[in-house]
Order: sequence, then structure tokens, then C-alpha cells
Amino acid sequence: MTVVSHREPTGVIAALSGSALHDEPAFTVLDEESKREIRRALLHAVCAPGYQVPFGSREMPVARGWGSGGLQITLAIIGSSDTVKVIDQGDDEGVNAVNLRRLVTASTGCEETTEVSEATVVQTRHRIPEDELTSQHTLVLQVPVPEPLRGIERDMRELSRMHAESDYSRMWVSLYEDKVRNGVITQTTGYPCLVNERYVIATTPIPRWDIPRLHNAEFLSLFGAGREKRVYAIPPHTVVEPLTFEDIPFEIEQNENTHCRLCGSNSSFLVQSPSQDDNWSCSDTAWCRARRTK
Amino acid sequence: MTGIFVPEPVVQVRNLGKVYGPFSDETISRTGSSFGSARDAVTGSIVAAWDISFDVQPGEALGIVGESGSGKSTVLRCIAGDVEATTGDIRLANVDEGKVNILDFDASRRRRLRIDQLSVVYQDPAEGLSLGITAGGNIADPLTAAGWRNYSAIRTRAKELLTRTEVPIDRIDDLVRTFSGGMRQRVQIARALANNPGVILLDEPTTGLDASVASGVLDLIRSLLEELNIAAIVVSHDFRVIEMLTERCLVMHHGRIVENTLTDQLLEDPQHPYSQKLIAAART
Repeated sequence: MTVVSHREPTGVIAALSGSALHDEPAFTVLDEESKREIRRALLHAVCAPGYQVPFGSREMPVARGWGSGGLQITLAIIGSSDTVKVIDQGDDEGVNAVNLRRLVTASTGCEETTEVSEATVVQTRHRIPEDELTSQHTLVLQVPVPEPLRGIERDMRELSRMHAESDYSRMWVSLYEDKVRNGVITQTTGYPCLVNERYVIATTPIPRWDIPRLHNAEFLSLFGAGREKRVYAIPPHTVVEPLTFEDIPFEIEQNENTHCRLCGSNSSFLVQSPSQDDNWSCSDTAWCRARRTK
Repeated sequence: MTGIFVPEPVVQVRNLGKVYGPFSDETISRTGSSFGSARDAVTGSIVAAWDISFDVQPGEALGIVGESGSGKSTVLRCIAGDVEATTGDIRLANVDEGKVNILDFDASRRRRLRIDQLSVVYQDPAEGLSLGITAGGNIADPLTAAGWRNYSAIRTRAKELLTRTEVPIDRIDDLVRTFSGGMRQRVQIARALANNPGVILLDEPTTGLDASVASGVLDLIRSLLEELNIAAIVVSHDFRVIEMLTERCLVMHHGRIVENTLTDQLLEDPQHPYSQKLIAAART
């Protein structure tokens, strides 16, 4: 019988398994030139809030559509003195969130956390953490479809003309049609917003709940779409208005009768899990846990 | 002209020209009505319209007649901005008090004129309407473009316009695709009037409709033109349309104006040989 001696993993395996954490990064994902290119695109995006800036989206160790845009932004802006929090629908422990967090810490040597108060960079898929973000935070959002007008126009040249001329009448017509057909504006996540009174953006698929928190925010929001090769930004203290008619107020998801089955909250964004009777719970798991342990 | 009151024209067109292909003075001299062709046999260039000048007074409807290919639609589309003119000068009384040539505008500014200054009703409703959205939505489009942001105000205005153009109100939320040809044309007219434009351009508005529906649409257009005191340019090859809607008209032939006269006079006593042929053909 042969005995395989236990050996410490090395190289990429070591980095990904976490044993090389907080030391010198064992490897890098993006070279410095790539990071600079992405940062240049981000600077452009910050200067023209809401404008979709094309960038040379790189091949990432995650498939496109799995957060490659957000990951590239995070890797381009993060340093070893930063602390990163990664959530997937509010959950730090989602498989994709865990893997992205490991990749970021292992390849940059930065710290990781699940606490908003400790984080400097928060990468997120489809949520904004419940805890208040401040000027210490940069929010990096993973975006599947950056083009808010995709549903009403397919021609790229026409799309760029519409953005260039602020010609959003067909967007308004689609809201009108929605209201006519359904009695309400049915768009739930990724609600279109006008940024800085100039560009309409797709707000990833974050729920309506999170939309008001983008308005006049203390923090910088960076949006990355890896597959579509676009980044855009909402700088701090920028006016963000959801598109709605004057006589149809914008409403967020809210139900007074639902409470989180774990922490009892009804002042957070709640999601329903199937196959349970009392099945509502906080979407932001770190926030929920903190409430319970207090 | 001293002592006579001459109103400021709403539309002023001077020396408008559209040439497809390279051209020179020779090209121009080798084409036109007197030459019998819009195509220059030497260079192959097409002089679709040349030396087109006219005014439209407030509340006046001007007709442009001619056979297919005579350049009448080209003139209309150059004014609308769908086709880029080769040369010329077009002024609108409501745009910077007529002091600027709208052909000098960039594409974006030119397009904005279409929101509330210049409306077009096309022969094919599919060109002026989105068939996949409702009648109300089609009217909401120019309204929201002009800054309307109140849902009920948009609804009220859409209903008002559909009532005015005799589209049953209960069809406001139906897709335009489900509408008949005559009804689509009425929706297109409602949309064109949404922002009270100073000028409306009608390109063969009733061609393709059957006779009884066409006369209903013509009656509607005539009463609207009278009521709204809007300036109109009507392009048609159909003398019935021209006779019913316009007081004055231009006859075009091979890209040139061959006659500019009162409509009644043209029908009774055409001067140019081509006009005479055209009238004679229409009478038979």
C-alpha cells in the first residue's frame, strides 16, 4: 500500500484554494497595460455619467456573462491595500461570488470581507447592499445588457444616434404602451433611469428597491458589461431619475405584510424562497446576519 | 408691390436641386423638360429636381403634380429632410424667423424640425407609423419627443386627435397593424398634427386607398386644412386630390417646374404643352 504524502498545493491551485492569501499574489489576471486601458475607459465613463464607453474586454477566467465585466473593473481599480466584498443577489456565499472573491484576493493580495463597513470595493451582481455605502466605497456592478434601448431598437447606429441626440421618445412610448397594456409600468428590475439629465442607462437588473439609492449617492458606481464590451459610471452626487410619467409615481417593491423569516425585517429587500410556508427572507444575507447577532 | 399687403410666406423654397451622380452646368443643360429626360446621357447622372422655387403662404395648400418620376416626391423629401438636397435654400417662417436656411442644419437639428415644425404624411402608413404599437402610442411618440411627460395629458391629446381624424376612440389601444388602410392613414394624420406643426407635407395621401375611403380621407384633410389654418404641400399625380385640396399648384416634368399657376386655371386652361397633355389624359 502506497502512502501519498500530503503536500502543500502550489501555484494557481494554491492561490485559488486560499493558502497563498494575503501574501504576494501568486499570479495576476490582467497585465498592467490592460488595467490602464480599462481605467482610461472608466475615467471617460465618470466624465460623461451614464454614457456607455467601449473598452477592450479581455478573456477572463470566468465565462462572459458570469461577471467578467465587473471583474475586469475590480481588478483594474483594486490594490493590495483594498478590501473587497463580492455579492451575488445580496449573498456573499453564492458560488460565483465566492469564486470571484477568491480570484480577486489571490491575484491582487487585497483583503476580503463580508462587512460593508470594512470594504472599499464592493462588486455585486444585481443588488446594492442594504448597509449605507459612503465615499469610501466603490460599487462595481456586473451588467449583462448595458443598452437600455435594446428592446426597442436593434440597429447599433440608430442606438448611438438616439443616445447622442438624447432622443428617448421611443423609450417613453414603450413605457406608455406598457401602462396601456398592463395598467402599470411592469419593468421590475433594471428600471431605465436618466443620469445627470442626459443619458438613459440600464440599471443592470437591480430591483426597483435599489434605484433611489443611486440618486445623489455618496459612492461611485461603476458598471461593467464584459460580453458587450461596455463600461459606464454614476459618479457620486449625480442626479439619477427613474423614467416615469409625472402622474404615475415610481414605486418600489414593498409589502407591509411580509417579514424576513430569519430576522423579522420588513425594511429590507426581501426575496421569496420556494417550498417553504413562511418563505420570505432578506436578500442581503450579511445584513440579515448582523441584525440577528446584534 | 408697395401698398399691397403681402403676407410672409410660411415656406420659402429657392433654387432647390437634387442630383444623383456627378454634375456640371452641362449636365443641367442636357436634362429637363425641354430635353425630354432627367438623365444626362453623357454622365448618367440623374437630375431628379432642379431650379425649384416657390412660396407657400399661411393657410395655403400648394399642390405639386406630375407623372411618376417627375421629381415631385424628391422635392417633398428634400423639404422634409428624408433626402439631402444637392443645393438650394429653404426657409420656414417659424424657424429663426425665416432668417436661416434649414438645409444648413446638421442632421440632428434637421430631425428636430420634424417634431413640431414640419410633419409628413406618407403614402405608405408603414413609413410614418410604427405598426407594432398602438394608435395612442404612435401619437405619444411626437408628444414625448416634444417633452410631454404626463400620461393622462398624453391620453387626452391622443383621444382629441383621433376624434378629430374620425378614428373610433375605442380603438386607441389597438395595434395599428390591425387597422385598415384608410384608418391607418387617419392615424398617420392624427400623429402628424400632434404638435400643431406650421407646415404639413402630404405625399400621395390617398393613393392606394379605394375610391370611397379615399374621398373620406380627402374630406378630412380639406376640413383640417381649413380649420387649422396650416400650410400644406400636397404631392399627387391624381388631379382629383389636387383639385380638392389646393388653390395653387406646380406642374413638374423631368425634374423641372413647367408651370406654376392657380389650380382652377391649370385645370381650365393649361399653358405648357406637358400640362395640357396631363390634363387631357386625366379627363379621359
